[in-house]
Amino acid sequence: MPIDKSLVGKTGKPFTVPIEWSKVREFARAIKDPNPVYFDPELAKKECGGIPVPPTFLQVAAFWQDADSVPTAHFDLRRILHGEQEFEFYKPILVGDVLTGTAKITDVYERAGGRGGKMTFMVTEIEYKNQKGEKVAVARSTLIETGQAVGG
Amino acid sequence: MASRVKYDSVKVGDSIPTVVIENVARPDFVRYAGASGDFVPLHYDQTFVEAAGIPTVFAQGMWTAGCLSRCLTDLAGAGNVRRFKVRFARQVWPGDTLTCRGKVTNKVERGGEKLIEGEVEVVNQKGEATVKGDFAVVAA
Repeated sequence: MPIDKSLVGKTGKPFTVPIEWSKVREFARAIKDPNPVYFDPELAKKECGGIPVPPTFLQVAAFWQDADSVPTAHFDLRRILHGEQEFEFYKPILVGDVLTGTAKITDVYERAGGRGGKMTFMVTEIEYKNQKGEKVAVARSTLIETGQAVGG
Repeated sequence: MASRVKYDSVKVGDSIPTVVIENVARPDFVRYAGASGDFVPLHYDQTFVEAAGIPTVFAQGMWTAGCLSRCLTDLAGAGNVRRFKVRFARQVWPGDTLTCRGKVTNKVERGGEKLIEGEVEVVNQKGEATVKGDFAVVAA
């Protein structure tokens, strides 16, 4: 894909993320985390004030959106790599919360790669607010399109 | 949401809880695809990956990062992570055994909170880093 600087600043349509217990439990199982706070509502209430979410759970929210909510470059799926992911948390996120996420492309750039040849990087930031309008988290991801298949 | 870890009892250089994932298998990637919605075919579609010249499906980086995040929640309790950043260094393949581990690199009071900062990594059975990262958690 030729580099397209005009993508920078592109913002998606805000999307709604209800934080649901079933999804939280399913996610905790998938990452092999047996922490009882994800599975026992009484204990979770006592320890955390409610059922919390695993630190990387917001990744789920990003994947379930329509194309117009998560602006992206048209990367070749055979050559895509997730380079970096960062989460910052400002307020607790608990089951029952309804978050609103807004995604924005913050950078697009090219770099000479190693075995992958020329690489294109895209940085996307999603800001999440809760139902009270409080900023609860920011998720920042870097996707890379490599010059050749990624598993060689 | 009181933190499990006491600020005063932690020293720079201390290890944080370790998590071992033995014998990573394809169903782990499929389960994570369903749980997360990450349906990039590189992680479950053998026909697709072979056509792309890749020997087998491999783990979603965020699956591995999720396994690693447990070191932080085991340390401070869920809800007490303030920052978690990962860089993906190398693929995780079926059959790998992973060790998720980390250490404390800094202690700092910021915004009225006592924070413990550190580095984390996931290494495979050959000792190669697959994911590297850093973090900040709240301490009591």
